[in-house]
Amino acid sequence: MTNPVRPAQFLKSFGRGLVSGIPYFWLLLFFVIPFVIVLKISFAESQIAQPPFTDLTSFADDMLTISLNLFNYIDLYEYDLYLDGYISSVKIAGISTILCLLIGYPIAYAIAKLPPHARNLALMLVILPSWTSFLIRIYAWIGLLKNNGLINNALLGLGLIDEPLVMLHTPIAVYIGIVYAYLPFMILPIYTNLVKHDHTLLEAASDLGATPAAAFFKVTLPLSVSGIVAGSMLVFIPSVGEFVIPELLGGPDTLMIGKLLWSEFFNARNWPGASAVAVVMLIMLIIPITIFQRYQAKDLEAIADD
Amino acid sequence: MTNAGIGRWSWMALVSGFIFLYVPIFILMFYSFNESRLVTVWAGFSIKWYGELFRDEQMMSAVWMSLKIAFLSASMAVVLGTMAAIAMVRFGRFRGKTMFTGMITAPLVMPEVITGLSLLLLFVTLSQALGWPAERGSVTIWIAHTTFCMAYVAVVVSSRLREFDRSLEEAAMDLGASRLGVFFRITLPIVAPALLAGWLLAFTLSLDDLVIASFVSGPGSTTLPMVVFSSVRLGVSPKINALATLLVLAVSMATFIAWWYMRRQELIRQKEIQSAFNK
Repeated sequence: MTNPVRPAQFLKSFGRGLVSGIPYFWLLLFFVIPFVIVLKISFAESQIAQPPFTDLTSFADDMLTISLNLFNYIDLYEYDLYLDGYISSVKIAGISTILCLLIGYPIAYAIAKLPPHARNLALMLVILPSWTSFLIRIYAWIGLLKNNGLINNALLGLGLIDEPLVMLHTPIAVYIGIVYAYLPFMILPIYTNLVKHDHTLLEAASDLGATPAAAFFKVTLPLSVSGIVAGSMLVFIPSVGEFVIPELLGGPDTLMIGKLLWSEFFNARNWPGASAVAVVMLIMLIIPITIFQRYQAKDLEAIADD
Repeated sequence: MTNAGIGRWSWMALVSGFIFLYVPIFILMFYSFNESRLVTVWAGFSIKWYGELFRDEQMMSAVWMSLKIAFLSASMAVVLGTMAAIAMVRFGRFRGKTMFTGMITAPLVMPEVITGLSLLLLFVTLSQALGWPAERGSVTIWIAHTTFCMAYVAVVVSSRLREFDRSLEEAAMDLGASRLGVFFRITLPIVAPALLAGWLLAFTLSLDDLVIASFVSGPGSTTLPMVVFSSVRLGVSPKINALATLLVLAVSMATFIAWWYMRRQELIRQKEIQSAFNK
């Protein structure tokens, strides 16, 4: 028996295939394969030619030779510069994430408590700065933090200090820059979580004799863990590899791995070396990225599993 | 969680948070009207830096280049990101879905230096193997921007798709509408605000990107952030303040218009649903 639905069925599955296949193919080609190439080139040798790295495979005298050059990785291990760079990147990103959390949580909490019509406005005001140029928002802090900048001028004018505080080109400036730039990414997921909470839980807690503080730490905070984790990952992962902020606000001794990768690539023109730096950074970030994806995937697939 | 009302501490958190977020930007804008070249000393009102900004040909051609790339990247990202969102929300389980979701969300957090470097190496490898892209420039930046922007679009659109009431589509189908008809007359209008929001987000992200564009650009394709960055590296210049002021005004205006449009669409839709029920 021929099935009259068949052509339609075929069209449907063909259409479905296109809708998922096209973005799938695009991401495979422009997001996944590039990582494989980075991995490959990290085993190559740098050379002065076009392109500036050697081939891994050579074919001569009926012999296919694949040479994996581990120099770039040995370099990373042997030069303290890189090891220190990784450690200080993780430290700076970690401390900035905690600062973002401490500043962002109360803001998210306050927005979630606003009446509904005011919430959207407050939320828009949180997001709006991140839609203006990132570079320019970091640039704004140069004028504020300089030795003869506005903060120092104000403190000197008030007689609170006798000589300007050195803030620009120090780690402090980098912390300020990261917190300033990434704060909205902490606030949004925490707000999204908090706004869904059922306030009757808090009423129940207070009926049972909990003080507001106890109710917060026993009910609200544990319930908002997933928002905290998502926000922290959104801040931590990109700031580990941050380049612009340490370059503009940090000093020559503010080591960050994004900056090292940049100078390895653009100044030293050592592409294989830069690739090795990227591979190690990615390996370091695999756990945080997996945690982030687990939370994000739960969110994205919520309905499909209903 | 509204009932408790907003307490004193919450107000303080809100107010100081907004001061922290906005005061640096306002100071930046304020000093764009400064007569003096020194950005920290006020020497009287002037708009001469705006004049200088518009006479700066390198800057102006970079603005044009950036707008062009941002427009094209945002448009492509909306098409691909929407397809990805539909696949994630509507197709149930399919083979490779975990990988698919992973590929969509990873660009959201991937450090830009890694994305930039890896795309550059891909383009170099491709041009060696296939002769394409012959040279790097606006096309390679467009591909790079589309790739990371589509992730943001997919997240925005999928959250809208999850919210909306599928019974509307089913009702249309019961009344004899075709699958495509339902998509264009029901689904698309309902997700339109999310598409617009995703497009605007992608547009601003592309306009803003320095690191990825620096890796994949070629000699003839300098974008605005690249010009701003090299100028900022040399020191503070009131011209950049003038540019910042114009950018902030443009973004605020676009945000306001988008917000107003979405609100209107929402009100119209609610009215239509209401009147449909009243019949």
